[in-house]
Amino acid sequence: MDNLLSLITFLPLVAALVMAVLLRGDDEAAQRNAKWLALFTTLATFALSLIVLFGFDPADTGFQFVEEGEWLLGLSYRMGVDGISILFVMLTTFLMPLVIWSAWNVTHRVREYMIAFLLLETLMLGVFMALDLVLFYLFFEAGLIPMFLIIGIWGGANRVYAAFKFFLYTFFGSILMLVAMVAMYVDAGTTNIITLFTHEFSTAGFTVLGVHIVGGLQTLAFLAFFVAFAVKMPMWPVHTWLPDAHVQAPTAGSVVLAAILLKMGGYGFLRFSMPMFPVAFDMFTPLVLWMSAIAIVYTSLVALAQSDMKKLIAYSSVAHMGYVTAGIFAANQQGLDGAIFQMISHGFISGALFLIVGVIYDRMHTREIDAYGGLVNRMPAYALIFMLFTMANVGLPGTSGFIGEFLVLLGVFQVNTWVALVATSGVILSAAYALWLYRRVVLGQLLRESLRSISDMSLRERAIFAPLVVMTLLLGIYPVLVTDIIGPSVEALIQNYQDALPGTPGLAQMIND
Amino acid sequence: MSNLDFSILLPEIVLAIYAMVALLAGVFTGKDRAAPMLVWVTAAVLVALAAWIGFGGADARGAFGGMFMDDAFARFAKVAILISAAAVLVMSENYMARHDLLRFEYPVLVALATVGMMVMVSAGDLMVLYMGLELQSLALYVVASLRRDSARSTEAGLKYFVLGALSSGMLLYGATLVYGFAGTTRFEGIISVATEGDISLGLLFGLVFMITGLAFKVSAVPFHMWTPDVYEGAPTPVAAFFATAPKMAAMALFARVMHDAFGNVIGDWGQVVAVLSVASLLLGAIAAVGQRNIKRLMAYSSIAHMGFALMGLAAGTAAGVQAMLIYMAIYVTMNIGTFAFILTMERDGQPVTDIRALNQYAKSEPIRAAAVLVLMFSLAGVPPLVGFFGKFAVFYAAWEADLTLLVVAAAISSAIGLFYYLRIVFYMYFGEETVALDRASSPVAGVFVILAAFLMVAGVVNLFGIEPLAGAAAEALVR
Repeated sequence: MDNLLSLITFLPLVAALVMAVLLRGDDEAAQRNAKWLALFTTLATFALSLIVLFGFDPADTGFQFVEEGEWLLGLSYRMGVDGISILFVMLTTFLMPLVIWSAWNVTHRVREYMIAFLLLETLMLGVFMALDLVLFYLFFEAGLIPMFLIIGIWGGANRVYAAFKFFLYTFFGSILMLVAMVAMYVDAGTTNIITLFTHEFSTAGFTVLGVHIVGGLQTLAFLAFFVAFAVKMPMWPVHTWLPDAHVQAPTAGSVVLAAILLKMGGYGFLRFSMPMFPVAFDMFTPLVLWMSAIAIVYTSLVALAQSDMKKLIAYSSVAHMGYVTAGIFAANQQGLDGAIFQMISHGFISGALFLIVGVIYDRMHTREIDAYGGLVNRMPAYALIFMLFTMANVGLPGTSGFIGEFLVLLGVFQVNTWVALVATSGVILSAAYALWLYRRVVLGQLLRESLRSISDMSLRERAIFAPLVVMTLLLGIYPVLVTDIIGPSVEALIQNYQDALPGTPGLAQMIND
Repeated sequence: MSNLDFSILLPEIVLAIYAMVALLAGVFTGKDRAAPMLVWVTAAVLVALAAWIGFGGADARGAFGGMFMDDAFARFAKVAILISAAAVLVMSENYMARHDLLRFEYPVLVALATVGMMVMVSAGDLMVLYMGLELQSLALYVVASLRRDSARSTEAGLKYFVLGALSSGMLLYGATLVYGFAGTTRFEGIISVATEGDISLGLLFGLVFMITGLAFKVSAVPFHMWTPDVYEGAPTPVAAFFATAPKMAAMALFARVMHDAFGNVIGDWGQVVAVLSVASLLLGAIAAVGQRNIKRLMAYSSIAHMGFALMGLAAGTAAGVQAMLIYMAIYVTMNIGTFAFILTMERDGQPVTDIRALNQYAKSEPIRAAAVLVLMFSLAGVPPLVGFFGKFAVFYAAWEADLTLLVVAAAISSAIGLFYYLRIVFYMYFGEETVALDRASSPVAGVFVILAAFLMVAGVVNLFGIEPLAGAAAEALVR
């Protein structure tokens, strides 16, 4: 099949259109139809993506399943996957059915809810497959619209503030990326990402408004992309939209946000910043490594102080994304492998943690940690699953969380020992906040009157967690599943990056220019 | 002067004669009884002319020794003008009838203004330019104060008249200077006199005054003051008309004068246009943030959009003109849709313009709310909607012409401007329950909202092929 990737990407969109046009009414039957159609579509998308996964040749470091076509304004429609992007595609298609299934209890505007998630799936898949700059930007930005509506319509009490903050923050972050893309288009004469990999952007310094820019175009373009991806990741200190968005978003929205949308930032660093602006990337490495270290320690400490479960997990997400940026900017095999592994594993773990919060939120309608305690007495199965993902979040060996963090720290240690030292303390801090959360919510005596009649997880809820448990343990015990696929592509990426560096003038020389 | 010359002018002549006939018909059938029919017939005539011009000859022809140009550029602009004028007529018929505004003069005046616009974009001579501009303006002054018994509407008409007359005066003053120093009113004569590094001070003065006059017409900052007041005061259909066809015509005329008459001194006017552009972008984005009246909001939004279009013009290249034309075509479509929606905003039969009245609109009218959502995001330039591609095209053209800081300023202002479009979405989808608006009363306007939204989404495939057409138009202008 020549158009397999397009088929995967646009299948949810088609389903959303069908839902918008053909399904009518808001009664029980229409809601059920919408849910089943959404679930069926996401499952079909997953099945199709499996064809890509099994047809994928890890040894080939180029792009596979490539589609090309003319588009408008001199742009091109290009899709393809390589060892770096395929796992993100799989992560998305794997999680979406679970997300849809987890939203089974929604009763408010169900049809629109399902349409929003299906649209979001199309746009997320497009981000990971696009091989044209502007096509990438299109998917990257368009994802804001459904997420804005998901938070704003189905969110919590303070949803409007969170929705606006989310949209304006991320839009403002990425608008300069668009300018940089225009600059790249003018400079290279193409928006084809594959060609841009080999295009050398100028590093000759110039003066803007009296300020001398060291590294010239590469520096400015790198910074424009960096801001966009740093906001999306999110990195300290531009992470403040995330806790708000997470707290106010409905459970399914939080899961998508944490598990998939955040990964777009890391993916962007790997796809654009590193191969296209190697000199600027090299120049900013120390800064970003330290920012990551600060993010890990600072947001872990902030997480310790939270009284809202979702906020705590949101801050823990920021801390874990700190490992990702540290690993990427370590720019060696272990670091990059670790960063990608961490992103995939965090997709399962954070998704599961938000679902875990969702389970008790559905029952008690509060996320306050103080409102719970001793849940193990009434909900043993819940306690077990919560335990597993708490451990995975901490990075216990045997879970996928460990592999990612360990590889990243290994990679960072070779580049900057001090950053590795500071970052490692984050492992301890994450154990502190995660275990303390678990202690306060699950363990102890069941004292609160309101919790006496709380019921354990239903069969549906258990079934949602089953694939996540399997993946977390499987990747923890047998990480080669992932590293075999990403290894060759990462190796090629680092090779190209290293090759691009020596021939260029050093920092001292550039400042003298 | 020959038959050939007249045959080139035939569409304009036909429309002018039609306007006269319609006027007579209106007078003879008595008080406004023929008005609804006249609206539809006028719209049909406009569309027919658009088809005629659109599918007509492809080569560039000049009539009366180059005073009147019929080239790809003029044809592109004319088709856009005719179609948008027809669309505004059709969608406003119901509204005008219900508010007792439907005088038979309305379609006639719109037809006459359209003749003026068609002459403007074809102008090859300062005299023709001025004639077209004045024909358009005079018709618009009257239309602005169509609601004779409303102080607001008459005020709008008067304001528009005074400021419009002032701007016409400036333009005329500039034109006189240009004539005095170039020795000719013909564009092809001026361009041979106004050459790089050799432009006389008087000609430069004339150029600046003409730019001032044109900036009034496109409502670029700092000559924008009339826009919000006129949009607010004039009846909504008239505001819709102001926001679309005349903007397209004025922008095309701007490009026509700059490239046809001053195409050799791009450096001299490029900077001026760039300053107009950046001022419009920033003011349009910031001033609209505080607006609660959707018509004033759209006025500021149109100022910001003119800033984007002027960016394309400031580039001074064929790519820039192409981007400007694409941008204007998209802008006109978005505004038709948005104003069609504003036409349907009513409570108890009275028009409402406060955006807070949109609270929970999505609940009562889900489909129309979704269409407005699309239009708002498109106006804000959020991909994948077509509004984004307009922005991308002008960004590219401006960056290519080394207007890098202008592009950065535009990008930042579009992020600021996003806020007020988002707020409309916010009221529609997340607002509190309040007294709902009336159920849609005007089916035609409703169709236009949905149609415009559909175009904004479906255009992502290939922009409906306007890209090569705009390219050919730009090639015809920039040589």
